[in-house]
Order: sequence, then C-alpha cells, then structure tokens
Amino acid sequence: MKRVFTSPFLWLGVAFFVVLAAWPMATNDPTLREDLFLILMFITMALSLNIILGFTGYVNFGHIVFFGLGGYMGIYVMSILHWGLFTAMLVGGISASVLAFILGAIILRLRGAYFALATIGINEMMLAFVSNFKPFGSGIGLSLDFGVYKAYGGAGKALWLSFILLAIAALLAFIITFVLKKSKFGLGLMVIREDEDAAMVMGIPTPTFKNLAYTLSAFLPGVVGVLYFFKNGNIEPGEAFNLEMSIEVLVMIMLGGFGTVSGPVIGAALYEEIRSWLIVNPLLQSMHLVVAGILLLAIILFVPIGVVGWIRQRLPLVRRYLE
Amino acid sequence: MSAQVILEVENVVKNFGGLTAVDRVSLQLREGEILGLIGPNGAGKTTLFNVISGVFPPTSGHYRFMGRDITGLPAYKIARLGIARTHQVVRPLSELTVLENVTAGACFGRGNQSLGEAEKTAVGVLGTVNLTEKKDTLAGKLNLPQKKRVELARALAAKPYVLLLDEVLAGLNPTEVSVVLDIIKEIRERGITILIIEHLMHAIMRISDRIIVLDYGQKIAEGTPQEIVNDPKVIEAYLGDPKLAQALVRERGER
Amino acid sequence: MSINTLAASIIDGLLIGFVYGIAAMGLTLIWGVMEVINLSHGALIALGMFGALLAVQSFGLYPYLAFILVAAFGLVLGIIVYSIAIHRILDAPDLTTLLSTFAVSMIIIGAGTAAFTTSPRNIEFSLGSVNVGSSIILGTKVVAAIIAIITTVLLYLFLYRTRTGKSIRAVANNRAAAELMGIPSTKILALSFGIGTLLAMGSGALIATLFPFTILSGSTYELKSFVIGVLGGLGNPAGSLVGGLILGFIEGLIPNFMDTSWTPVIEFALFVLILLVKPQGLFGSEE
Repeated sequence: MKRVFTSPFLWLGVAFFVVLAAWPMATNDPTLREDLFLILMFITMALSLNIILGFTGYVNFGHIVFFGLGGYMGIYVMSILHWGLFTAMLVGGISASVLAFILGAIILRLRGAYFALATIGINEMMLAFVSNFKPFGSGIGLSLDFGVYKAYGGAGKALWLSFILLAIAALLAFIITFVLKKSKFGLGLMVIREDEDAAMVMGIPTPTFKNLAYTLSAFLPGVVGVLYFFKNGNIEPGEAFNLEMSIEVLVMIMLGGFGTVSGPVIGAALYEEIRSWLIVNPLLQSMHLVVAGILLLAIILFVPIGVVGWIRQRLPLVRRYLE
Repeated sequence: MSAQVILEVENVVKNFGGLTAVDRVSLQLREGEILGLIGPNGAGKTTLFNVISGVFPPTSGHYRFMGRDITGLPAYKIARLGIARTHQVVRPLSELTVLENVTAGACFGRGNQSLGEAEKTAVGVLGTVNLTEKKDTLAGKLNLPQKKRVELARALAAKPYVLLLDEVLAGLNPTEVSVVLDIIKEIRERGITILIIEHLMHAIMRISDRIIVLDYGQKIAEGTPQEIVNDPKVIEAYLGDPKLAQALVRERGER
Repeated sequence: MSINTLAASIIDGLLIGFVYGIAAMGLTLIWGVMEVINLSHGALIALGMFGALLAVQSFGLYPYLAFILVAAFGLVLGIIVYSIAIHRILDAPDLTTLLSTFAVSMIIIGAGTAAFTTSPRNIEFSLGSVNVGSSIILGTKVVAAIIAIITTVLLYLFLYRTRTGKSIRAVANNRAAAELMGIPSTKILALSFGIGTLLAMGSGALIATLFPFTILSGSTYELKSFVIGVLGGLGNPAGSLVGGLILGFIEGLIPNFMDTSWTPVIEFALFVLILLVKPQGLFGSEE
C-alpha cells in the first residue's frame, strides 16, 4: 500500500483535479464551471466504466443505467420525501450499486457480445419501464421545487456546491481506479479480462470478482446522476437512460486508452473539447457528428490502444508517470 | 511404495452428449511421484485434467484430494486447495507482463499471498524457469517455448501440492526439452507431486516413476515405464499412430 | 374489445413482423458469418428510408422500384463499409468492431442530419385497404409483407442453391476450414456484409412506405432487430423471420390489454430472458 501512495503519478493526478476544481472558483467564471462540470462528469463516468470494461473486459453498453437510476432515486427522495442532497447522493450511489449487484448475478454469466447485447436490452428496458412508472412521473419525470435550493444558499450557490461535489466524486473515481490497478483485486480482474477460464483455474473466484467490479463501477455514476439532475432541477426518462451517452463514454475510454488509469480522464476531456470545438466551428458545425465518427474510426483502425497506450508504448521513460 | 496417496480418482466418467470422453478411470497419485499419463490423441487425457481441475464436473465418479472429496468443486476452489495446472494450448495473459502473469499465479493459488509477497515469489520462480530477463515483457509478445515456461512458472508460483502438466514439451526443440525436463525434476525435488500428460515418448519414459495409459477414455495399462513399453496392449492402442508406436518400440529397445 | 378487433390488430402486427424479419435478417447474417454486431444497422435502415424517399420524391419512381434500387445500393455500400471499417479489425476483441460500426453509424446519421434535418418525413403513397370486420388493414402493409417473404425466399435460394451462397455458409461455419478449401474468405465476408446492408436498407425502404420517419428512426428498428435476432437465434436468418413474426404478434396483441407504452418493457424483458436461458435462440439446438 505504501508503494501506491508514494507514486508520483497519483499525486500528479490529484493536483490535476484540484486545479480543475479551483480554476473556475478562482476566476469566478460560471461558463467555465459549466464546461468543466460536463468534463468532470464524463471523467467520472469513463473512469467508473473502465473498471468493468477496461480492467475486467466486459463490454457494458448500459453504464448510463446507473446514472439514470441514481438520478431518479436521488431526485425522488429530495422532491417527495424532502431529504437533503448528501443523503440523496448516498441513496443514488447505493441504489445503483444494489441494482448492479442484482443484475450482475444474472447477466455476468454471459460472455463477449452476448453480455454487451444484454446490457443494451437492460438499458432499453429501464427506459421503457421508468417511462411507465407512475411514482417516477412516467414520461414526464420528476422536478425539484425551486425552494429545495434555499437550503444551500439559493440556486447560484447550489450550482457551485454541485460542481465541487462532482469534482470530489471525480477525484475519488481517479483514486479508486489507481488503487485498484495496483491491488490484488485489480490484478485478478485483469487476469479475468485476459482469459476468464485460465483465471478460474488459477484460483480466482471469477463470479464474485466480476460482480464486485460491476457493483463498484455502478456507485459513482449513481452519485453523479443525483448531482447532474439536482443541478438541472428535473429529470426525465430520455435524458436519464440515453443509450447514446453510454456509447459516448465508451468512446472516451477508447480514445484515452482502455484499461489505463489516465486514459479515461484524458479521453473524456479530449472528447468533450473536440466536440465543443466542432459544434462552434462554423465550417464543421453541421458536420460535427461526421467528423467525430471519422475520428473515432481512425483511432480504432490505427491507434486501437488509445492516446495513453500509444504514449506508453513509444516513451517507456514516462511509464512511471503515466499509468 | 509407502508414500501416501495425495490425489485419488475413482471411476470418473465424463460424457459429452453421446460421446464418452473419460470412461470409468481410476488412478492414485502418490505424494512426491511423477505420474505420466499417455495415450493416443482423443484418449481423454486432457478431459481428465479438466475434470480434476474443476473446469467441468464429471458425469459420475469421485475424486479425493488429501483425503477430502473435491468432486464437482468449482475450479477456483480446487486451485486454492493446492492443485495447479498448465494448458495444452498455452494461455498466456497476453496484455500483462511476464512478472504480472506469474505474480497472479502466486496471488490466487494455494499460497494466497498478498501482492507484495506474491511479487517476490514470482521473481524467484522466474529464476527457476530462466525467464528473469523477460519479466517486463508482455506475455503475448513471447515465443512459444517462453510462453510455455511462463505458464509453468504461473502454476508453480501458486505453491501447489500437485501440479498437472499438459504437454509442456510439445513444440519445443531438443535443447529446450531437456531444459524443461530439468526444471520438472527440480520441481519434484521441492516435494511437489506431478501428473504429466506427454506425447514425447522418450521424455516421459525418462522422467516418470509410473505411467498410466488411456485409450478411448479407458485406462488400459498402468505400471513402471519398463512395464508399459513391454505391454502389447499399449502398442496396439498406438497402432493408429505409427510414429508414436515406433517411438514406443524404440524405447523398448533402449531398456 | 371484440374478437374482430383483436384479430385485425394481430394480423396487422404479423404483417409488420415480416418486414421486421428481413431487417433482423441483415443483422443476424452479419453476426453469423463474422461474429460482428453491426451497430450501424439502424443508421443503414434510416438511410434506406431516405433513399426510398429521394427516389420517390425527386425521381418520381414507384416505391417498390425504389426498394429494388435502394437494396442494390445497399449491397455496394455494405461492401465499401466492410472494406474500410471492418476488414482490418475482424479478429480484434468484440469492443473494436462494436465501436467501428458505431463510428459508421455516427457518420451516416451526421451526414443524414445535415442533409435532411431531423424533422419527420413520409412517402405519400396508398394502395387502398382491406376491411377485416370493423377494422382496416392497409394495402401497403400487405404488399410490404409479400415483398419481405419474397426477399426471404430469394435469400434462401441464394444461400442454399448457389455456389457463392454455399461459400458464405462455409465461411460462417468455420472460416479457417473454408479458406483451406480454397474459398476466398475476404470476398465472401465483404459480400456477406453487403447482403446484410442490402437487407437493412431494403427493410428501411419498405418501412418508409408504412410510417413517417426521421433520420434517427433507425435506432428503434435496430433495437427491434436485436430482440428478433436473439429470439430467432443470432446467425440464423430463418429464425429471424419467425422472430419478426413473434415480435409483430406481441406488438399487435399488447395494445389490446394494456397501454402501448408497455410494449418495449415486455419486448426487452423477453430479450434479456432469452439471452440468459437460451442464447442460441428459441429454435437453436443445445450444444
């Protein structure tokens, strides 16, 4: 453990998140804060998805389910039961993890593309179910009463608060990922990724390991869901269970580097930057999806190990500083 | 032959649909010995390994390890009790380094070591199999003989009581064969009991204390290498494979 | 609710089921031959819809002639997509082909959005209707179902009666063995992707004669194709037709008993259930 916490890479990462969080606060710039909110959100989503996808090797298209469910549970307890934001975050995270635990026990028996398909099915099932579920407001969803923000010093302060909490969640995701990568449990997951049958014969209780990884990967998306929809003030099914967003997070991991620690962070930041650049560029505006698609295709065809993987391969000297 | 029986297989049957791959096989593996398992292709040798190591449960029959009935236990539990194995077709963890491969073996096998201890064990085992200088290479980038040694090291790092070796010599050149044979002998000297499947007749005769012959899933012969090469039933079983039959006869000449 | 309404809605569902069937056949053929889940399937269906729209509106073609043109275009496009986006990475992990086909989908939908926006379109076209009791069944649905059946029969004749078709089946069965027998696997794989795309775009062209659509509509049909593919067994084109009929039946039946919006809940629950208990499909044999 000592080795883990003296790693220069870990502290570089922590510094990165602190700077990212402090920057809009120092300049008191709400626009920058909103941009960084999205980036930090995607970083957390990508890092957590990486646990089951990059470490364990299970292609999960339904990561957004945990974001959506967490969001709904959080907004539900806040709007109907009038619980506070912190309790709601906990409720969101825990309910996402509980769902993952139950789902995992059922669908992690499937391998390869069959698992991937099942996660698409579950995402669509949740979307369809919540759209019909009366306590969650069916197709309309749930809204927060404006008065909710008063407890946090008004809407303006509440936005800052949710930004800071999100930055903490992102930092937590980063630390969890790094510790995992350096732990026995993490090594077990990577063995499963490489060869699940060999893993069993080597003494790894694969069903338990996989399910723990899945449950762990669900927690922070649940928390982030609460923060995101708390900030928005309302939640509706289409936004909570958007399959496209799941796939976008997957793309971010590929872009940065599958199974690495910094890959999902760099991938998420890069993807968001590229996208916002494409959207505002007058020349490419209408074609931004086409350009993004071509870019993705080029990465998959020519740099399948992602940016971080590529750098690590080319520059062995920086490996110690770039996990 | 006063040594204790460490692994006892009793009337194990394994059916796949209509096909009986292993047919009422019984064997006793005694502590500290090297027991060879030979037989023509498709005789059910690897299937028997798969059953013993828990990859799939037997259709019927039992097997006991150190006095405990382990029939049908999942593979990871059997591994934890102290049975490690290698695979006929190597299964390197390609995107992990050689050191990580072997460390994982030490972490999760009988040793159940912490990551730090496991890494020390791994470094030691890599020395035994002469792979120290490759420890930071990705396992997928090695050549076949090296991959085989990684697999052996991975199994060994688990500190097993019993090691199941499935054709570790196949595809190696004569020099490499004798290197691996030396490694196997060294493993035995550490007190690890070995059950080994091998097609290389010359090698298995040299290294085994006893040999069991399987044909069409059934045990057709059991005895010392001397007894096996002189058993007409064994030659008969190998008739479908003239090259191996010849090798067998050659062994007889040498003894 | 009368028996008549029930019968009419089920017939209606089954007719659409045939069209779903050929859409899913495209997906499942590609899976069967190269084990690639084609995430551009929905985008290709949408492209088929707009192809038909263009042919009918700009060139005044008869919609079913447009179907043939769109399908032929699909064959060529599929071969091109295979060559650029699939061939190089065919043996890479699942995730790679999933993402490369998704990238293709982004490109198609992006270009489609730029060209056609996301507002709904439809092909104005009618073939009258048939009365079943007090309910009406549209002629276009009957014709679409008939075309879907003919397409299926042609596909089967091709796969089982022609040399090329037999090669496709050989490659699906065991690519390495097929190569040893002298089958040019690259050409066969490209052709299979082409046929899969032909079926996707063709089904899009048929659906366009039935319902209004946007460039984003394809995703609904892609998800339906997944459900059908799993029902009928991935890699089993005949199963797709039956799977399509089952889905059509469910869609015709459910609105008679509960709110239509529950249909997808039941469809996807069925989908996950079948993946778990019988991943080889309802008609697949046990290993």
